[in-house]
Amino acid sequence: MSETATQAPPATAAATDDVLLDVRDLKVHFDTEAGTFRAVDGVSFSVKRGKTLGIVGESGCGKSVTSSGIMRLVPMPPGRFAGGEVMFDGRDLLKLSEKEMRGMRGGRIGMIFQEPMTALNPVYRIGDQIIESLRVHSGLGRAAARRRAIELLDLVRLPSPEKRVDDFPHQLSGGQRQRVMIALALANDPELLIADEPTTALDVTIQAQILELMRDLSARTGAAIVLITHDLGVVAETCDDVVVMYAGRVVERAPVAALFAAPQHPYTIGLMAAVPRLDIQSDRLETIPGSVPPPYAKIDGCRFASRCPVATDQCRAELPPLRELAPGHSVACWRAPLEDVA
Amino acid sequence: MIGQIANRLILSVPVLFGVLLLGFLLLQLVPGDPAVVIAGPAAPPEVLDAIRQEMGLDQPVMVQFWNYLARVASGDMGRSLISNKTVLSELGGAIIPTVELMVACLFWSIPLGIGMGTVAAVKRGSIADRIVMALSVGGVSLPIFFICLLAIQFLGVYWPIFPFIGRGGPVWTYDGFMHIVLPAVSLGLIFIGPVARMTRSSVLEVLKLDHVRTARAKGLSERAVILRHALRNALIPVVTLVGLQAGYLLGGAIVTETIFSWPGIGRLAVGAILSSDFPVAQGTILVLALAFIVINLIVDVLYALLDPRVQG
Repeated sequence: MSETATQAPPATAAATDDVLLDVRDLKVHFDTEAGTFRAVDGVSFSVKRGKTLGIVGESGCGKSVTSSGIMRLVPMPPGRFAGGEVMFDGRDLLKLSEKEMRGMRGGRIGMIFQEPMTALNPVYRIGDQIIESLRVHSGLGRAAARRRAIELLDLVRLPSPEKRVDDFPHQLSGGQRQRVMIALALANDPELLIADEPTTALDVTIQAQILELMRDLSARTGAAIVLITHDLGVVAETCDDVVVMYAGRVVERAPVAALFAAPQHPYTIGLMAAVPRLDIQSDRLETIPGSVPPPYAKIDGCRFASRCPVATDQCRAELPPLRELAPGHSVACWRAPLEDVA
Repeated sequence: MIGQIANRLILSVPVLFGVLLLGFLLLQLVPGDPAVVIAGPAAPPEVLDAIRQEMGLDQPVMVQFWNYLARVASGDMGRSLISNKTVLSELGGAIIPTVELMVACLFWSIPLGIGMGTVAAVKRGSIADRIVMALSVGGVSLPIFFICLLAIQFLGVYWPIFPFIGRGGPVWTYDGFMHIVLPAVSLGLIFIGPVARMTRSSVLEVLKLDHVRTARAKGLSERAVILRHALRNALIPVVTLVGLQAGYLLGGAIVTETIFSWPGIGRLAVGAILSSDFPVAQGTILVLALAFIVINLIVDVLYALLDPRVQG
C-alpha cells in the first residue's frame, strides 16, 4: 500500500497557493470482529478555493467515510486513521487537538448531510440550532445571533424567515429542512462546505433547487465545496473537478469536462453507461456486471479487475497507481488510455 | 397543551368510577363485618342488625354502591370505624407525609439514575458502566422490604446515624430531614435501577442518530453534544418509564411507610385493611388512584415539554 502511495502523483494543484484542502493518501480503517475493513484506502485529491469538487461512486465505495474523515467525525473506535494527511489551508487536520478541530467543525468547515429529515434535532427550534453554532464560534450575543440566524434563513430562501426561525424541524418539509441545514453549515462563513449527498433524499424538483442554491451561495461567499454524490448528473451540473472512487480508492480524477468527454477508467465508463438516457432507446438499464468486492477481501491487484471487461493478468496481480495521462487527469488503470474500449 | 390536560382530566373520570367500583366490591369480598367491628365481637345480634340498618348494610350491594357514590360525590366519605374521625381528616393528615416521601425519593433517585445511566452510556464497556449496570440489577432484584430492613440494620442500628421510626416533622426541619433519609433512600433504590438502565439504552440509541452527528459537525464540545443533544432526546422514554413505574412507587410506598412507621397514606391503608376499617380503606384506595392519575398527568405534561412533536 505504501508503495502505491509514493507512486501517486501529488494532487495537481497542490503546489499552488489556491489549494484549500489537500487530502493525501488518506486511509480510514475499521477494526471489526471480521477483520480490518479498509473503507478508505489511500485516497488523494485537492480542492481549490471557491471551486467545487465532486466525489462519485456507488454505495459503500468510501466516499462518505472520506468526508467524515476530513471532519474527524468517524467514530473511533472502531474506526482509525491508518495513514495520510488532510491538509486544510496548510495545516494537517489529523494532527490538530480535539479543541482546535472543534473550531474547524462548523467554523471554517461546514457540513451538510444526506438526511434532512433526521439531521436536525427534533426537540429544538431551528433558529436555536443555528444560534447555537453561531454562538460557539463567533461569540455573538443572543439577540445578534438570532438576527444573523434570520438573515441566514433568508439567504437560503426559506419563506418568512422571521417566523420560521421559531419552528421546530417537524413543521418543515424535507426541502425546507435541507435549506436549514445549509444555513447551519454556512452560519460561520466557512471556507469549505462538505455536502454528503445533500439531495439524495429529496424530490427531483427540490434537488435542482437545492443544488442551484448551493452553487449560488458558494459563488457569493467564495466557499469551496466537496460534493459527495452517486449521481453523475449532479456532478456534471455542479462540479469543477471530479474524483471517482471505487472500493475505498480513487480510480480516476479529472476536471469535469475532461472526465465526461474522455473517461479513462473502465469503472467510470461503466458508471456513465449506467445512467439512463432519453436519446437512446433501450428496454434494459445498463449495469456493470458483478458486484463490489467484499470489504474484508484481500486483493493484491486492481479492485475492479473482477468486473472489468478489459482486465489482464497484470490487473489481477498488481495494484495500479494513479497516473497522470493529461494535465489534471489521472487514472489508476494499467490499460489506460483506453481509446479502443470506450 | 391546556386542551390536552383537560382531555386527560375528562378521561380520568371513568377511571375513577372504575376504581371506586372495584374498591367497593373488593371490600365486599373481604371477610369481616363492619357491624362487628363497631359493636365488638360480643355484641348481641339485635344490636348488629340495628347497626347494619343504620349504615344501610342490609340493602342490596348495588344500592349500597350508589349511596356510596352519592356520598363521595358530595365530599362525605364517612367516618373511620376505629377512630370515629371523618375519613377526609384521616386522609388529609396522611397525604402530606406521603407526598413528602415521594418527592424526597424522586428528588434524589431520578437525577442520580439519569446521571448514572448517562455515564454508563457515554463510557460504554468501561468499569463505570459495569458498576452502574451491576448496581441497577441489584436495585431491581432486591425486594423493597429487604432494602428497608438492610437500611435500618446498618444505618439505623449498627451505625445509628439516622432515626427510623416515624416522621420528625416537616422535611425542612433538621429532625424532619433526618427522619426522611432512610425511607426516601430505601424507596428511591428501587427506582434507580430501572431509570439508570433505561437512560443508558436510550442515550446509546440517541447517540447513533444523525442529529448528534450534526451537533458534532457544528463544533460543539462532547459535553454539549451529550447534555444538550443526546440526553434531552433520550429522556423521553425515561419519562414514560417513570410514569409506568408510578404504580410501583405507590406500592413501594405502602411497604416503606409500614416498615418505617411513616404516617402516610400507605400505612393508613394497611392499618385500615388489617382492622377492617372499610370507610378508611376505601378512601385510601381512592387517594392512591388519584395519585396515579396525577402522576400520569405530570408525565404527559413533561412529555409535551420535552418533545415539541407531541403538542401537535
